[in-house]
Amino acid sequence: MGLLHTVNKSPFESNTFDTCLGYAKDGSTVLLIEDGVYAATTGTSAADKIKNASGVTFAVLGPDLQARGLEGKLADGIKVVDYEGFVNLVAESDSVQSWL
Amino acid sequence: MAVKKFMYVNRKAPYGTIYALESLEVVLIGAAFDQDVSLAFIGDGVYELTKGQNTDGIGQKNFSPTYAALGDYDVNKIYVEKESLEERGLTLDDLQHLVWEDEDEDWAEKDSIRLVSRAELADVIADQDILLSF
Repeated sequence: MGLLHTVNKSPFESNTFDTCLGYAKDGSTVLLIEDGVYAATTGTSAADKIKNASGVTFAVLGPDLQARGLEGKLADGIKVVDYEGFVNLVAESDSVQSWL
Repeated sequence: MAVKKFMYVNRKAPYGTIYALESLEVVLIGAAFDQDVSLAFIGDGVYELTKGQNTDGIGQKNFSPTYAALGDYDVNKIYVEKESLEERGLTLDDLQHLVWEDEDEDWAEKDSIRLVSRAELADVIADQDILLSF
């Protein structure tokens, strides 16, 4: 498995998410955590970008989505993981790039 | 003491940073001073008001129920910017239904949230005496 990217900033507040997408190659995974989870919600331009980024796997940290009351707004094609799933993604990846 | 118009401008999402919680704490403290208080939610600030927040999984206090108590402190002018909601794929239905009771009208329950355009909110902000930014 390729690189794991994590994004923890809101796509509306910083360009971190866009920068990450520019570096996410085919076969890599992008995990959205903390305020990064807003990129995974329907009706946002960030969700459209996720839909168009074929070859990249997208995941979101469930507890962060639930904390923000947006579980029901999750866009299609994004996998929900818990903390154990987060650890597994890290373990399976060649290395981790945290876009802070 | 002359009554001044205080507005708290909220622009940050909850939990990722401490701004949203700190703002709420200051609003509650300020409510003791009998001033003319308004709250504005702009940009990611609208995320503070989403309903169904559950922080069990992240080990942080869920402070969202406190917004529902603001009406009891005579904080009942809560402006939410329409454009910010739309950019985030949200509608008023995704937010908590915040109300207050009007003692001049036999405690009739009224909505606290006022959905306003950016231009309308700019006018409201321009009319304030004191602005506090979070």
